[in-house]
Amino acid sequence: MTDAPVLELRGISRRFGAVVASNDVSLELRPGEIHALIGPNGAGKSTLIAQIAGTLASDAGKVLFEGRDVTGLDAVARARAGLGRTFQISSLAMEFTVLQNAVLGAVGQAGAGFSLLRPVMRNRVLVEAAEAALAEVGLAEFRALRTDELSHGQRRQLEVAVALTLRPRAFLMDEPMAGLGMEGSAAMTGFLDTLRQRAPILLVEHDMDAVFRLADRISVLVYGEIIATGSPDEIRADAAVRHAYLGEETT
Amino acid sequence: MRREHRLNALILALVLAVPLWAWATNEPFTITLATRAVIFAIAGVGLNLALGTGGLVSLGHAAFFGIGGYAMGILASHAQTYTPLFEWPFLLEGTKSMPVIWLVAILASALTALLIGALSLRTSGVYFIMITLAFGQMFYYFMISWPAYGGEDGLSIYLRNSFPGLNTLDPIQFFALTFALLCAVLYLVTRLRASAFGLALAAARQNPARARAVGIDPYRVQLLAFTISGAITGLAGALFADLNRFVSPTMFSWHTSGELIVFIILGGVGRLMGPVLGAALYVVLEHSLGGMSDYWQIYFGAILLGVVLFARGGLIGLLVGREAAHD
Repeated sequence: MTDAPVLELRGISRRFGAVVASNDVSLELRPGEIHALIGPNGAGKSTLIAQIAGTLASDAGKVLFEGRDVTGLDAVARARAGLGRTFQISSLAMEFTVLQNAVLGAVGQAGAGFSLLRPVMRNRVLVEAAEAALAEVGLAEFRALRTDELSHGQRRQLEVAVALTLRPRAFLMDEPMAGLGMEGSAAMTGFLDTLRQRAPILLVEHDMDAVFRLADRISVLVYGEIIATGSPDEIRADAAVRHAYLGEETT
Repeated sequence: MRREHRLNALILALVLAVPLWAWATNEPFTITLATRAVIFAIAGVGLNLALGTGGLVSLGHAAFFGIGGYAMGILASHAQTYTPLFEWPFLLEGTKSMPVIWLVAILASALTALLIGALSLRTSGVYFIMITLAFGQMFYYFMISWPAYGGEDGLSIYLRNSFPGLNTLDPIQFFALTFALLCAVLYLVTRLRASAFGLALAAARQNPARARAVGIDPYRVQLLAFTISGAITGLAGALFADLNRFVSPTMFSWHTSGELIVFIILGGVGRLMGPVLGAALYVVLEHSLGGMSDYWQIYFGAILLGVVLFARGGLIGLLVGREAAHD
């Protein structure tokens, strides 16, 4: 039973009026794997991430996390249950320092949000957890900078660092490479490669080199439906996928 | 940050020095003005926790100020007529003891803030402003139409309430009491802001989605902040009533809520000492401009407009620059 999926979607759907953003999507995230979710712009990848994270309710279907039905839980409860999310558009507290953003994650993880009088930036346990996460993504030297002074790419790294402080049992990462540049992208790819041992990653990414290097399995989303799931080789060979998506890029 | 600390110490020292000087030169009226400023400052510091740190623009904090005032008025009026508040299910007498009155004021306004917050925080932005305003006005009209405690005329308390070991009718002693409370409130708010709760509250203001993603519910954090904020403003209300030895529904009016916001904007939104500087300046201008013209608020409005347009961080922002991120 060690291969029981950590995260499982069973036929989840979401409509916005006449637009079907996700249609009967079923998906499994297994222990130790990176499962990439790819698809053309507007395919509904971010909608799906929002449905998994709990920021967007589903019209139908179920989300199971570690075998438990979390469909009825909101985003706060799902985060506390162990889902660590990074946002497509960096979603940080911009007035905080880099370190404060990471400490915020550690506060959430420790459930310390109602600790009223103890100075949080002098709490060794929380600050050390935050510093460790910053060091892992390569932001240690920027810890005292205000977050709105970070470059676009550094903000993505900080997103990942905050997710690390949550010590989640599954990562949901929405385009963590965007804006990183060649070098940063390579570093992040190397990092995610090792991260999968800690917790499986559902990865939405446009950088195809990274996706095909990292992913154990790939699911292709087109118009809100999964048209194929398989190993990178299978996806590369899949005729429907080539037609719908990769065709324009690889030929 | 260093400069702001120094400025904060300077403001506090001035607030202390002026009445001491007035005491030495036998100017009791100046001491009363300073006491008024300190009490307004406490109310403003309370509101600033919700408004500045939490981003919750409440136009209904007069409700808590008024509840604090009436907690004093009701308890003291029963004590001065020797009639109990009620005899069933148990006998409850009035009291002239300040510590008891403060405790009642804090508890009553905290409870009210919890209820108002629980409903209002389901909205945000301009709807939050309007719903808190509506709650404040409900209390105002209720107090006007409730004859038991003076209705529109309010309640007069002949003697200031007592504090063990002090003669509260001596202006400088009453000032010292309010100043000590201001320092205690400032200390409490400093600790709150530096705590994990303060971090969560500031995060919920800047980016609620971020707070949720780390498993922190903005609603609960904001509700606690709103409750503490209301309790502090309630304490100030009880002191204000004791200063004037009079309470009236005016304490509940939206003008009061507006004045509290003005202190904060004038001094600096989210700055620890913003409301203290704002309240002190307000009282000084109210007295000096008010002496020149009945329409002093026109000139005051012009000053406020200048601060809003040219000093985005309020006067404290103007003096020490943009708030540095603290590490």
